[in-house]
Amino acid sequence: MNTKTPFDAEGYVDAALAALGLEVNPEWKPGIIAHFRRTAEIAQAFLDFPLADDDEPAPVFTP
Amino acid sequence: MSAAEDLLLGDGPAERIAAAVRAGKIAARAVAEAALAHIAAKDCVVNAFTDVTRERALAEADAVDAARAAGRDPGPLAGVPYAVKNLVDIAGLPTRAGSRINRERPSAVRDGAVVLRMKAAGAVLLGALNMGEYAYDFTGENAHDGPSRNPRDPGRMSGGSSGGSGAAVAAGFVPLAVGSDTNGSIRVPSSLCGIFGLKPTFGRVSRAGSFPFVASLDHLGPLARSVRDLAIAYDAMQGHDSADPVSANRHAEPAAPAIEQGATGLRIAVAAGYFERGGAPEAHQAVEVAAASLGVSRRIAIPEAHRARAAAYVITASEGGALHRERLAARAADFDPATRDRFIAGALIPAAWYVQAQRFRRWYRARVLELFREVHVLLAPATPVTAPALGQAVMTLGGTEIPVRANLGLFTQPISFIGLPAAVAPLPRPGGLPIGIQIIAAPWCEADALRVAYELERRGVARAPAAP
Repeated sequence: MNTKTPFDAEGYVDAALAALGLEVNPEWKPGIIAHFRRTAEIAQAFLDFPLADDDEPAPVFTP
Repeated sequence: MSAAEDLLLGDGPAERIAAAVRAGKIAARAVAEAALAHIAAKDCVVNAFTDVTRERALAEADAVDAARAAGRDPGPLAGVPYAVKNLVDIAGLPTRAGSRINRERPSAVRDGAVVLRMKAAGAVLLGALNMGEYAYDFTGENAHDGPSRNPRDPGRMSGGSSGGSGAAVAAGFVPLAVGSDTNGSIRVPSSLCGIFGLKPTFGRVSRAGSFPFVASLDHLGPLARSVRDLAIAYDAMQGHDSADPVSANRHAEPAAPAIEQGATGLRIAVAAGYFERGGAPEAHQAVEVAAASLGVSRRIAIPEAHRARAAAYVITASEGGALHRERLAARAADFDPATRDRFIAGALIPAAWYVQAQRFRRWYRARVLELFREVHVLLAPATPVTAPALGQAVMTLGGTEIPVRANLGLFTQPISFIGLPAAVAPLPRPGGLPIGIQIIAAPWCEADALRVAYELERRGVARAPAAP
């Protein structure tokens, strides 16, 4: 997903809410969509950043 | 003013109270009673406490006095009143974590790890402190409990999410408080309330028995009115705990014995680039004042800090949203409206964004650790502004109007993102509100940050008097 090519944030939010089984008050929907759109813009700051395949996450979970 | 009030409201209250109690010059019970009376008289305005544990406090104080009378060591924090952010378990109370939903849960059956450690050091628990709902907050406001108010100006924010922790210490209710910091929640209220705070290295202080927010980024730590008090509290709190899955398997490394070395021998630089712009003039001036006092002229840019902040934002939203998914499905209307829409949006974040943020975290960590080969400590602003007015939604920085709520953590997020220890030292501003600076050290080098904070306090640059 790339915010440089406009995507349907409203459609995505509706589909993802359904996938997660979240029913929300219609009055909250514009706020949720606005936050999701803003998150997509923010994420671009690191989604655009080149990483090597061996730049792995560093989880601390120890079995 | 009674001797106990004098100790509570004077400088370095934890150290002085512990010394007086240990020497038998004052009873821990007298100190606890004075603190409880101060809270009863003033917290109706400040709103720092959500629960005052009076009976427990007096019982713990009596136990300290009895230990001393019996010739036993009452501990390094003997009789020192403290309180904890209400996401830390206190036996007998529901752990509300700032929410309406969690306060309906059964009471905690045992204390959180950090409370057990403070108790073992002889400290006396006075209660639970107000916070932003589920810690997703930089303001200290809360729809269910009302806002924590800034004791230096009750019309202004305490900062959050450990708002009650900052307010209770700044008001002189308690010499010490425990807060949590995921993106800045100890450092922001420390800056806005004009007190010292420490976010230790990720994994240093056990989070067991505290309500989580973002498993990848959550830390607990102390807030205080002097660096020595901060160091003593931190030393009491630190140490491995197998009950916290991210607790580092390291021996405790006490910081208090080191702080009197001050900044001598430490290589210090001002964090350049991202950290030199974006705040109000007073935020950047505070760093310059501290740097000038320390004779620091070196500047080092932390690479890609804006991307670090973005990645911290996405990890926070995603983990936080996922944590609360079932509560959002069942009881979204019972969330604080200030957190609800953000949690829901966070729960919808694609896994690929989240994983990329975690991968970037690894890259960024490696680059930043290289900087610590050259310097021991970096100085940066703690908050972009002094305390905003309660309810203030936007602020103007550099001619641009930006949301207050999202941006108070502008300078703290890129630091906690990789778990670096950071102390906040407050700089008083004559005729104005205080503002803090961050003193950032390499992982596991909290003592270096505290030594620099102590140097600034010793020079009179940083200071945290109780609010009048």
